[in-house]
Amino acid sequence: MTTPRVGAAGAIVLALLATGCGGGSADDRMHVWMYQDTLVVVQDAAVERFNADSDVQAVIDEVPGDTYEDRLRTAMGSSEQPDVFFNWGAGSIAPYAEQGMLTPLDDVFAEDPEFADAYIPSILAAGAIDGTQYGVPLRGTQPVILFYNRAVFEEAGAEPPETWEDLLDLVDLFTEEGVIPFALAGADPWTEQMWLQYLVDRLGGPEVFQRIADGDPEGWRDPVVLEAAEMVRDLVDRGAFGDNYASVSYTEGGASTLLSEGRAAMHLMGSWEYSTHLDQAPEFATEDLGYVAFPPLPGGEGDPANVAGNPTNFFSITADTPYPEEAVAFVKSTDDEEYVRDMIANGEVPVTVGAEELLSESPSPEFATFQYEMVRDAPNFQLSWDQALPPSVASPMTTEIERLFNGQSTPEEFVEALAALQ
Amino acid sequence: MSAAPATARPAARPPARRGGAARGPRAGRPSALWTLPGLLFFGVFAALPMALVAYLSLTTWGGLGDPRFTGLDNWTRLAGDPVMHRAVVLSLVLTAATWAVQTPISLLLGVWAAGRQRTRAVLSAIFFLPLLLSSAAIALIWRSLLDPNFGPLAWIAPRVGAPDADLLGDPTGAFLVIIAVTAWQFIPLHTLLYQGGARQIPASLYEAAEIDGAGRWTAFRHITLPQLRNTITTSSVLMVVGALTYFDTVLILTGGGPGSDTTIVPFLMYEAGFERWEMGYASAIALTLVVAATAVSLVMVRVTGFGAMRSTREGM
Repeated sequence: MTTPRVGAAGAIVLALLATGCGGGSADDRMHVWMYQDTLVVVQDAAVERFNADSDVQAVIDEVPGDTYEDRLRTAMGSSEQPDVFFNWGAGSIAPYAEQGMLTPLDDVFAEDPEFADAYIPSILAAGAIDGTQYGVPLRGTQPVILFYNRAVFEEAGAEPPETWEDLLDLVDLFTEEGVIPFALAGADPWTEQMWLQYLVDRLGGPEVFQRIADGDPEGWRDPVVLEAAEMVRDLVDRGAFGDNYASVSYTEGGASTLLSEGRAAMHLMGSWEYSTHLDQAPEFATEDLGYVAFPPLPGGEGDPANVAGNPTNFFSITADTPYPEEAVAFVKSTDDEEYVRDMIANGEVPVTVGAEELLSESPSPEFATFQYEMVRDAPNFQLSWDQALPPSVASPMTTEIERLFNGQSTPEEFVEALAALQ
Repeated sequence: MSAAPATARPAARPPARRGGAARGPRAGRPSALWTLPGLLFFGVFAALPMALVAYLSLTTWGGLGDPRFTGLDNWTRLAGDPVMHRAVVLSLVLTAATWAVQTPISLLLGVWAAGRQRTRAVLSAIFFLPLLLSSAAIALIWRSLLDPNFGPLAWIAPRVGAPDADLLGDPTGAFLVIIAVTAWQFIPLHTLLYQGGARQIPASLYEAAEIDGAGRWTAFRHITLPQLRNTITTSSVLMVVGALTYFDTVLILTGGGPGSDTTIVPFLMYEAGFERWEMGYASAIALTLVVAATAVSLVMVRVTGFGAMRSTREGM
């Protein structure tokens, strides 16, 4: 009676493995797995063009976002695996690359220099594992930007921050005004991670995290990490995020609504924040949504032009797909002019070198150009930490970040806990 | 010892107990073959997965390629993992609190609902409402109710003197919320059990007690409670094993947070398996849960004498 029930709980591991697959199936079509969101229309159109003059028909399988990584992981290596699939590059495909489950694309790029030169190099790099290219950029770039509410700033007579002192002054100013200085979705710790990414990069440059990403946990003991953690505590103690950020969720819209309703003045978030507002509060998005780069830090060694976030998303091809040539042809269509135009029309900022002239077709040319130049001119594009690290480290790391922000651990304990992660 | 006891047995039994005549020695006792469907089901869906989980707990496996045998590595790591220690403590506290909160309320509600009051049917229907909702729906509803900026909590809290109440963002608060929400969700089920149990108590017992001058409390204390002994055990075992394996509510309501302050053992298992992709380690956690929950329910059954299945109505 009780045993089977608990046994079933224990066997969730297996049960989910058995049932988690699906989506693709072994028919005679080339299956392209996409993370389900509003941007998939671009890939839908690409598939339509591809199918028009190909013997092998491609089909898009949209997988709901929450379950995307689980479903992909369980399908990989089975007969249900996709032929081509959406991913975040780096850590998100490293386990597959190690198992030899992906098609190396070095030859594809080597044989077609024009194709290779089409992409901004700092972005292409995130699709490589140990020097081998496995990913072709398929989406626009998603740098993390400091968004602000213009109306709130006007009312307070404030200007967006250009330096760290500005930022701290603004925290005090808005706290006095009774406005939360920064909206923060503390229930989704990857939003808190954005702060640390920028602080560490501005303080010590990309080398600090690179050492950690290369697999040296001692890298967390770099004094820069401790300093960044102390700055986070300082911000929290100043009331920079208000009092009840700990249970605010990003995916449910909590933090974005605080910004658009003027209850928060600023929000550090990925560039998709713009589309979120365009969808949820269109008037705010077009009238009052302002954006600046993350300010430099006094005495920081990192280049203030560096950005952090998700360089882009990638297409990768599974190693034992029955359609290797067709798959390559399909992923190469991502630098076609039609594809790039579709992306821009949909509000994305492409990562292809020549996209600049097309940006005027964007629904918001000004924002698109701002983003494009920010990314193009960045000496380094720091990939989100939780994507750059293997999941066995990334998951406990985000929990530790959350504990730091919540005051459940001190900066010293934070560093110790991270250095203990293998 | 051949056929003698077999032929002796039906004779010792009251004859014609199912209305028909005795149909030979095996009449009331189906062959072992009858257990086959049950055994097969148990074997395929419980025993086999458990054996595989036991094997996986001795390996390192990320869901890709073949599991790599690593002996007792996962187990030594489990024994020394501070996160696991915390999770065990949290699970035990949650289980104890669940039992302590849900039992008295369900018992009283159940006994009340077994009566014949005028408002009983209507109120019972309202009390049983949460039983109709799925765990996921319940967790989502409570999550929005407790949203610190846009939920009813944000409206109510400042009016009762707690302007920045953020229950789900506070470690103690989040833990209490889980206890409260699961209680709200599961009390109806246990109330139903107690209602059934209380309805079974013969009215003659209460009539006799009344004649002897017993008040309501005395009757409850000396008739209702002892008569519900087996129901209390059933309900308690369900509660305890349920609380040890709570998962969905925690996943949706708090995600194990803030930080890891509501990361109970089943949630840690999920995190290890499906966020960190350490299937071997997750299996070790799972097996620990299986052993612990089985042990706890066996002990409870033994201690309460439920296993002996003694009737509460002996001598009546």
